[in-house]
Amino acid sequence: MTPARKAALSRAALTIIGWGVALWVFFPILWMAMTGFKSEIDAVSTPPKFFFHPTLASYHEVFERANYWHFAINSIVISVLGTIVALLFSVPCAYAMAFSPTKRTRGTLLWMLSTKMLPPVGVLVPIYILARNAGLLDTRTGLVIVYVLMNLPITVWMLFTFFKEVPREILEAGRMDGATRLGEVWHVLLPLSLPGVASTALLSLILSWNESFWSLNLTSSNAAPLPSFIASFSSPEGLFFGKLSAASTLAVAPILVFGWLSQKQLVRGLTFGAVK
Amino acid sequence: MANVTLQNVRKTYAGGNETIKGVSLTVENREFVVFVGPSGCGKSTLLRMIAGLEDITSGDLLIDGVRANEQQPAERGLAMVFQSYALYPHMTVEDNMGFALKLASVAKDERHSKVMDAARILQLEPWLKHKPGQLSGGQRQRVAIGRAIVRNPKVFLFDEPLSNLDAALRGQMRVELTSLHRKLGATTIYVTHDQIEAMTMADKIVVLRAGNVEQVGAPLELYHRPANLFVAGFIGAPKMNLLEARVLQVAADSVTVSALGQTFVIPVRPDGVTAGDGVTLGIRPEHLLHVSEGTLGGVVTLSERLGSLTILHVKSDDGTMLVVQTAGSDTTDVGAHVRLALPTDSAHLFRADGDALPHVAPRPLGPSHSGGGSDIPAAQTEHFHA
Repeated sequence: MTPARKAALSRAALTIIGWGVALWVFFPILWMAMTGFKSEIDAVSTPPKFFFHPTLASYHEVFERANYWHFAINSIVISVLGTIVALLFSVPCAYAMAFSPTKRTRGTLLWMLSTKMLPPVGVLVPIYILARNAGLLDTRTGLVIVYVLMNLPITVWMLFTFFKEVPREILEAGRMDGATRLGEVWHVLLPLSLPGVASTALLSLILSWNESFWSLNLTSSNAAPLPSFIASFSSPEGLFFGKLSAASTLAVAPILVFGWLSQKQLVRGLTFGAVK
Repeated sequence: MANVTLQNVRKTYAGGNETIKGVSLTVENREFVVFVGPSGCGKSTLLRMIAGLEDITSGDLLIDGVRANEQQPAERGLAMVFQSYALYPHMTVEDNMGFALKLASVAKDERHSKVMDAARILQLEPWLKHKPGQLSGGQRQRVAIGRAIVRNPKVFLFDEPLSNLDAALRGQMRVELTSLHRKLGATTIYVTHDQIEAMTMADKIVVLRAGNVEQVGAPLELYHRPANLFVAGFIGAPKMNLLEARVLQVAADSVTVSALGQTFVIPVRPDGVTAGDGVTLGIRPEHLLHVSEGTLGGVVTLSERLGSLTILHVKSDDGTMLVVQTAGSDTTDVGAHVRLALPTDSAHLFRADGDALPHVAPRPLGPSHSGGGSDIPAAQTEHFHA
């Protein structure tokens, strides 16, 4: 076999593997979207049906039974606010850690990360009681606070890594030019690490959007975001896969479209600094 | 413009590590001062302390007589050019140069005219709308200098600004910087590890080692009257020959030593040495003379011919390696036997603690007597004592 042929074959093999993995990951989402357009009978038939007569019945019923927009607006407000607040805390935090590290910086970063290893259910009772006593149960504010705390370790870590890539001398040049600390961050650091900041914000947004544990436990109706909307179709009278799938599709659709639009930025940010 | 005074300035890091150990010096108005020393000597730290990028642990920094220790970098009225240029990559050349004025809320028109003035001086006009990434290394360096000029600072600080450039460009920028300094008449503090930059650009050189000032003086003063072994070895290329010697006899105006198996009477004052002391005899390569009547013998082991001068590496009869620099294209082959003369009034003598013994008749520094490598023909008739 010639080397050129070998290379072509291995390229073909890689393409097949790539598509295989992509399908493997994407299939459940595809199946969910398909099931949303099936009748309830088709949805539970065995063997599963790939070809069926599409219907909007499930969507009609979903819209009739629950106020989708109420949940969707909650989701948007909570995840956007949560992301903004998380960035407001994590930018100065990561700036300090990246440019004025002490001997405790590493330990602090690891400790922050370690909090992500704790199962959330472990702190459910204390957080629930704190939220109740503060009058934050079933409020957007309560959920924003919890999401900020939940995402801070990740946003600080990501920003820290991106900021580390910015040469210290450029910030010092800014300081010589008369920039205050805030000016240094605003005029120099943030523009320079914009791809990184954008991908951090996107990730925080996606994580907040998809979060279900805290939203189910800390909200009931007023502040309930989309995960509660999905959950409301799974509990009372057994599982109706058609309606559940339609609701789920509606819940993930906005973030899916958003993710699709911003994927270039996201990938660029996540690989920023990895190749240098 | 301004003067800068350091009074017993020290820098100690958190771990108790002292990197600047009590530096006192004055940079006069319009003076071009170069901090030079091996890496890790503290020269950049000292510059950054003046800039305000590093805290001063103790001692005073005075700019125009006003204590500036606690002032923010921008309040000190200094501008700094960094080794890596440290341009803002997301801004155009014009915005880079005008950034300080923008932060100082200078009106747009005035900002533009100041940037244009600087761009004209540095021939950057065609590049004003470009981003730094589109420029060559030399152009980026000019932008960094332009950014400093635009602010009209009291003092320019340069932190190894030419070390990222290739050799040819470095030579060109050296000349440009020197003429720029003439034109602007700005007080300048320049850090480098390159002694050629130090020798060619400075009005005054400060030699630093391990956080201490070893010697301060004009370039030729350091070259011809090094205060100690370190400065003698650091300034000058090729390096001064430093030979082990022993004091045989001491007189009021000379010290007789034995070195290379011979006896030399060096016209220095015998401060703090007595017969029997171990000392170091120093002689610059261009002061060792390759002449047939020389008293020292040796074999050439390597010959570096640079055209205008030739550097011979000679193994002397007693096994010591000597470096000899001669003017012109010396055609002596490797393996040839040579005779060398050591003119004793060009020689230096250093005590065991490293300090130089003062010459009885210090070598003149003025251009009429000519220092450095250009005086070899004169030296051949002048100093024949060996």
